[in-house]
Amino acid sequence: MSLSPPHTQPPSPGPVEASGRSLPDRLKSPLSRFLGSWELLLLIVAAAVFVINSNASPYFLDPWNLSDATFNFTEKAMIAFAMALLIISGEIDLSVASIIALTSTAMGFAVQLGADTGMLIVIGLGVGLACGAFNGFLVTGFGLPSIVVTIGTMSLFRGLSYIVLGDKAYTGYPADFAFFGQGYVWWVITFEFVLFAVVALVFAVLLHRTSFGRAVTAIGNNPVGALFSGIQVARVKFTLFLLTGLMSGVAAICLTSRLGATRPSIAFGWELEVVTMVVLGGVSILGGSGSIPGVVIAAFVMGMVTFGFGLLNVPGIVMSIFIGLLLIAVIALPKIARQLLAGRRS
Amino acid sequence: MLATTQGIGDAHPTTAGSDRPLLSLRGISKSFPGVKALSDVALDLYPGQVTALVGENGAGKSTIVKVLTGIYQPEEGEIVIDGKPVRFATAQDAGTAGVTAIHQETVLFDDLSVAENIFIGHAPRTRFGLIDRAAVIREAENLLERIGARIDPNVTLKELGIASKHLVAIARALSIDARIVIMDEPTASLSHKEIEETYELVEQLKAEGRAILFISHKFDEIFRIADRYTVFRDGQKVGDGKIDDISEQDLVTMMVGRSVDQVFPQRTSNPGNEVLKVVGYSHPTEFEDIGFSLREGEILGFYGLVGAGRSEFMQALFGVTKPSKGAVRIDDRIAVIRTPNEAIGHGIVYVPEDRGKQGAIKGLPIFQNVSLPSLGTTSKNGFIRLAEEFTLARDYTRRLDLRAAALDQDIGELSGGNQQKVVIAKWLATQPRVIILDEPTKGIDIGSKAAVHEFMAELAAQGLAVIMVSSEIPEILGMSDRVIVMREGRIAGEFEGDALTPEHLVRTAAGIEETKP
Amino acid sequence: MTASLFRSRETVLAAAILVLVLAIAVRFPAFVSPSNLAGVFNDTAPLIILALGQMAVILTRCIDLSVAANLALTGMIVAMLNMVMPELPIAAILLIAVSLGALMGLINGLLVWKFEIPPIVVTLGTMTIYRGLIFLISDGQWINAHEMSDAFKAFPRGIVLGLPVLSWIAIVVTGLFMVLIGRTSLGRAFFAVGGNPHAAVYTGIDVGRTQCAAFVLSGALAGLTGYLWVARYAVAYVDIAGGFELEVVAACVIGGISIAGGIGSVAGALLGALFLGIVKNALPVINISPFWQLAISGTAIIIAVAFNATSNRTKGRVILKKAEHAS
Repeated sequence: MSLSPPHTQPPSPGPVEASGRSLPDRLKSPLSRFLGSWELLLLIVAAAVFVINSNASPYFLDPWNLSDATFNFTEKAMIAFAMALLIISGEIDLSVASIIALTSTAMGFAVQLGADTGMLIVIGLGVGLACGAFNGFLVTGFGLPSIVVTIGTMSLFRGLSYIVLGDKAYTGYPADFAFFGQGYVWWVITFEFVLFAVVALVFAVLLHRTSFGRAVTAIGNNPVGALFSGIQVARVKFTLFLLTGLMSGVAAICLTSRLGATRPSIAFGWELEVVTMVVLGGVSILGGSGSIPGVVIAAFVMGMVTFGFGLLNVPGIVMSIFIGLLLIAVIALPKIARQLLAGRRS
Repeated sequence: MLATTQGIGDAHPTTAGSDRPLLSLRGISKSFPGVKALSDVALDLYPGQVTALVGENGAGKSTIVKVLTGIYQPEEGEIVIDGKPVRFATAQDAGTAGVTAIHQETVLFDDLSVAENIFIGHAPRTRFGLIDRAAVIREAENLLERIGARIDPNVTLKELGIASKHLVAIARALSIDARIVIMDEPTASLSHKEIEETYELVEQLKAEGRAILFISHKFDEIFRIADRYTVFRDGQKVGDGKIDDISEQDLVTMMVGRSVDQVFPQRTSNPGNEVLKVVGYSHPTEFEDIGFSLREGEILGFYGLVGAGRSEFMQALFGVTKPSKGAVRIDDRIAVIRTPNEAIGHGIVYVPEDRGKQGAIKGLPIFQNVSLPSLGTTSKNGFIRLAEEFTLARDYTRRLDLRAAALDQDIGELSGGNQQKVVIAKWLATQPRVIILDEPTKGIDIGSKAAVHEFMAELAAQGLAVIMVSSEIPEILGMSDRVIVMREGRIAGEFEGDALTPEHLVRTAAGIEETKP
Repeated sequence: MTASLFRSRETVLAAAILVLVLAIAVRFPAFVSPSNLAGVFNDTAPLIILALGQMAVILTRCIDLSVAANLALTGMIVAMLNMVMPELPIAAILLIAVSLGALMGLINGLLVWKFEIPPIVVTLGTMTIYRGLIFLISDGQWINAHEMSDAFKAFPRGIVLGLPVLSWIAIVVTGLFMVLIGRTSLGRAFFAVGGNPHAAVYTGIDVGRTQCAAFVLSGALAGLTGYLWVARYAVAYVDIAGGFELEVVAACVIGGISIAGGIGSVAGALLGALFLGIVKNALPVINISPFWQLAISGTAIIIAVAFNATSNRTKGRVILKKAEHAS
């Protein structure tokens, strides 16, 4: 204690002398990892749905029909990418559909005041971000459970929409605003589909290739351990709520543009479809693992099933039975298989 | 219901010398993926006697408790009560057979009342088969009174301190008329006075003819209250007998399996400049006025009983919790530490005691565990450079001689000792100035233990400042240059050189006055 | 034994409800007339019944999002049964409704218990399946008042001792729940499983089986409500009680039932449901558009969860002796 030395450079305990043996980087080759992956299973399901659909209806393979069918999933999938990260981190946001409602209402309100398309975009993204910030603040600032908080804000956000609109609707969006939900970039390729692809790529890179994505996975596996490893858990989670809000805002712009009108019931029930898409995509609902490619394939599967059933004149609600069964089956089947294997072994 | 009858003791007259075991375990084996937790273990418990179960962490003590209470089902072997073989498929079966356990961290229900905790699962009923609340309270009062506990049966359990929770657990044991009572380190976090009361209670249970399995790390109490001992090492029984027939030294040797002083690496300490200085660190409820300094190349031990506030202080120093007062100086400059991230930035890292919760990120592969705090250096503009990440992980796991199949193996698949190596590798990769190791060898196998000790010595020799929190006297004595003893959230003493003796440490930690000859 | 809890949480909520009712009464005395209050209670009865079932589920650290779909499917089935066999006695209808509901609850429970699928995923899935099944069996058609027998429709509306049977059923279910929750081992097991599953195992309580029992209970009550709902409103179609599951969860959260399990009371669930019921019924009276209801209940949920979180915050270890005495 008596020593107060001049500052000296610490002797660096760097990895100079090796005492043990070196471990190989990877146990399995990328190919064998892919062969055992969830994504492959999903791809097979997707291929099967594709084959069944194209045999069942001659209209399925029509490029324009297929192009139309992408609207079944592009908007939901854009939210699902952000939701995937949120669920991987161990949180959830059930208010996404209500954020769409509130955002769309805000845009509709702005139209009445004469806002142009540029303004609408700013408002759309801004309101989405603000809603995400509100959720994130409640969850990380007060340490509240996100499932309850977002059940609350789910009512609150849509409730605000109802207060503003009641049983009325906003219409009269500017003509050039229609591009986001109805425009084509090239031939049958819609603007929304391009946006979907870009967003998928951005989120895939964010989750799988950046230190932020690594922090998200670490938090989902062990939030306390992540905190003890120097990760700023609250900040990461807050950012994820912001991103989910932002993507809900983007989806609100596309959907409002596509429908050309805002009612408070817009996107009703979407939160459950988004969560289903994420879980179907192989993201663990308990957090910690999942991939964006998986969610992309899940989006295609759900979109194609909807489209195929539509061509066969099967009502949407029957489609939902199928999705519900799929959701439970994809989670239960691996467990059943594991239990059977364990049973045989002992 | 026994609760109201005063005299179990009358029913089973007590002669502390009964030679017929009430309960016997024969040839019990239990394994988990990759680990043989128990192999061919035997254990006898006698009525009216206390059998001490002795063994290092990871020797299989907690597994045997789980077998006895029906949580685990052994693959081989049998449990015999009163000469008849029994099978415990569930915890309920064990309870019905009269076996109950009082755990170190009480496994009771914080949000239920004391009375409900005592009677959950076997509450007295009214004529209509409903729980008789009045009777629950009344009988709980009786039981608590019988063990001399002044606890209101109506209060919620979470309002009680640990000692009182133990008493509730004991009352629960009496309520099911348990003939076999397992006490798993019941005095671990109790004050001196509370410990004495616990001993009295053990005597009472003994006098009532119950068989008691007493798990403890404290040799003084083993020799004070136990009649018999059984020693476990690495999942096997290595000895048993009457406590009067063995010396403390022999018991330790039997438990450790080798003589104590040869376990630790020989090192000559050569402390350099002061790196860390802590002044007046305080917290409203956990610790107060902690101050010390630490030099390069020094290993500073922190000894104390469980619950003395050592881990709590270390976590504050690492920025997990916020101190109310105090300052930290690193290299004689004030360091503000409000988050672990800032602590790491200042070169302070912490290998936590709770490896499963705070150390290893199970679900992530080894290399990602190692690089987690160093992501800033293995990434560029936020994008991860995988090759550098693997290089970092390869170098540091090699230094620690990690045993694993590959760097992309899930850390959760490794043994405790290898997980600990990954956690230490993770921190070394950040090139720290000060490394805090909190119970670094708790629950890991002997081989890894020695490796961790050697590595600590090597780090100190390279000039790293090391703080080691440990509750194991041999480890503290074997590794530390200097030892600070904490008691009830304060520094109770500091020892080095000739003053660094087991006696001094134990007495200071327990708050026992020095008896001058 | 829950006296101290009662002081903090339920009393606050009861006081809030009282203030709310008094504030309305000052301007609109008609709202507090006995007949109007009885009407409000009767309107809230289905919510009360479902909130009680949901409470059992939430106590065990699960959640049941399928209750509204279960209600709608059971309602549709009994309505169709009634159409085919109008002479089927009400007692049989009630038995069928409760059994069907319990069966659907059992499916949820088994998936949670035997396959260890997270409850939110299970009930999200069964919610869409049950709702879809209604469409399949009804072909999307409505069953209207004239297709139901008079006895079928009259039962929940019959007046006994000045109150409709629907209200009485809510009262009886509340009473039974008080007994179940407070005085049976199953009831206490709900708390044990949610409060500390680890300790529950040590006490010989089967966590999965207890959770399954909670789902069966919740399902049975949803089935019962299914019949009462279609009979009272004299209509059955695919979308009845759409989104009602969230209102049920909201009632529980407002009633102080911790979503983390192990904490809650019958009084809390009852008060939470009553709060939402009063708000819903008061809005038209005080000339506020009913469109405000959703936002108000959302705000109430957020306030309730924040309030519960602060009062449940676990204290750190107290090591310092002086701090121990101070606390």
